[in-house]
Amino acid sequence: MNRYPISIQAFGEQAILIEWPEKVEEAILDDILQFSNHLKKKCLEPDQWELLPAYNSLTLIGRHELPDFGKMKRDLKMWYSEATKTRMPARYLWKLPVCYDTEFGIDLLEVSETLGKSVWEVIDLHTRHPYTVYGIGFLPGFMYLGGLPPELEVPRKAQPRLKVPSGSVGLAGKQTGIYPQESPGGWNIIGNCPIPIFDAGKEDPCFIKVGDQVQFYGINHKEHELHTIQAQVGIYAMEKVKLDAKR
Amino acid sequence: MLNVKKAGFFTSIQDQGRFGFRDLGVPVSGAMDTYSASIANSLLENDENAAVMELTMTGPTLEFELPTFIALSGADISPKLNQQPIPINQVHQVAAGDVLSFGKLVQGFRAYLAVKKGFGTAVLMNSRSFYAPITPHHNIKDRMELPIASCERYEPKISSLSPEAFHKEHTLEVYRGPEFDLLDDRQLEALFAGDFTISKENNRMAYQLEQTIPGHRHTMLTSATLPGTMQFTPAGKLIILMKDGQTTGGYPRILQLSNTAICILSQKKFGDTIKLHLK
Repeated sequence: MNRYPISIQAFGEQAILIEWPEKVEEAILDDILQFSNHLKKKCLEPDQWELLPAYNSLTLIGRHELPDFGKMKRDLKMWYSEATKTRMPARYLWKLPVCYDTEFGIDLLEVSETLGKSVWEVIDLHTRHPYTVYGIGFLPGFMYLGGLPPELEVPRKAQPRLKVPSGSVGLAGKQTGIYPQESPGGWNIIGNCPIPIFDAGKEDPCFIKVGDQVQFYGINHKEHELHTIQAQVGIYAMEKVKLDAKR
Repeated sequence: MLNVKKAGFFTSIQDQGRFGFRDLGVPVSGAMDTYSASIANSLLENDENAAVMELTMTGPTLEFELPTFIALSGADISPKLNQQPIPINQVHQVAAGDVLSFGKLVQGFRAYLAVKKGFGTAVLMNSRSFYAPITPHHNIKDRMELPIASCERYEPKISSLSPEAFHKEHTLEVYRGPEFDLLDDRQLEALFAGDFTISKENNRMAYQLEQTIPGHRHTMLTSATLPGTMQFTPAGKLIILMKDGQTTGGYPRILQLSNTAICILSQKKFGDTIKLHLK
């Protein structure tokens, strides 16, 4: 049973873009991930395709130019109708420590002033609920997180910083997230996560996947130091909880 | 080993790219002008995914510690072996101690240097293509040492090629991008009527065009972007993503360059002009 009308179009010579209704909804993301899993497991030749899910779309990128888009489109429609036969991939809720000290959260005081809330209220709101990972992109390991409480919406900084340290946790508009590497950026920095989200040297360079959830919790400066060292030597134990297949 | 005496403006090692990690936000990378890179590799009968050196605008100065064979293709940056000019698109034998240097940029923007059996720099996430933070460096630095293999004997089946002079081409073939239908008549006219100039903002991540077209107020959810995707900002700026470009974006993707057009654009520099032609 498919619940959505999907559109399938060629995207240049090597890719196909499949789109769902343009909404930020977990049910849509679930449907996309189930289809993506079905394609990987049952339909597409391994190593020949990259599958990139984000919000309401799934992009298939071929290693080579597409020989026959028309046939591929027909196949994809058929595969979509069978997708529910494949189970959803396992998904996790990751608990990520964040130090909200103003030494790291260089914009925290300004944010609390802009929002008319105390620093504690800002931290409480930011850590209260899990966020859903709707996409990973922009930079290796950068997560697009959905579910920010509307009370935490602040405009991005008028003047972007040339250097935002790796692990910085930021707020901008409806978004919150972690800078996986040092990079320029215009988000309001409210804390720092000592656990690297992306490590090219690891077997699985990015442990968090699209469809997973993350929830932040506050730690003090000493714990931040400790977790930084634990992560560096590879003994930090990630806290994760398996999510139900159907949320 | 190959000793880098001077690195040049922007020199890096590239193969065909890092396929398979875009869902983690990792760009595909790889040679910008795949056509020229494959000419250089073909002359040496290398594996098609053998890593080559990508040279930008000014070449490096390189000293060979081992005997090998080399070939250059793409941009003509007046290569010299031990101070003697050598032609591009041809196999050259080098001896231990030989020095390869470059002079004036005559044509194009990116040249490819292949060595017999390819460069042996580290494979990270299935590729040798430089891209920080996957590889430790974005580009080659002065005094780096790059692993190459020794080869004293090689009889090429073809010792020189005259590749299509398509780098002089200034028309880029494009397809409709996913948000092409957003464009109104005024915007279409501006997009396909005239020439565009390459802006100063051009690198392995993206090429920005100097001229703008009438803007828009469309917002969309972040979705995949590819090398060759033309993004259209609300202010009417046109940005063409390239091999190190971000894997997702939130600007409308109005056009998608053909693979050949990506190669052509990779040979353009600040001030050069291009024209768009819808396939």
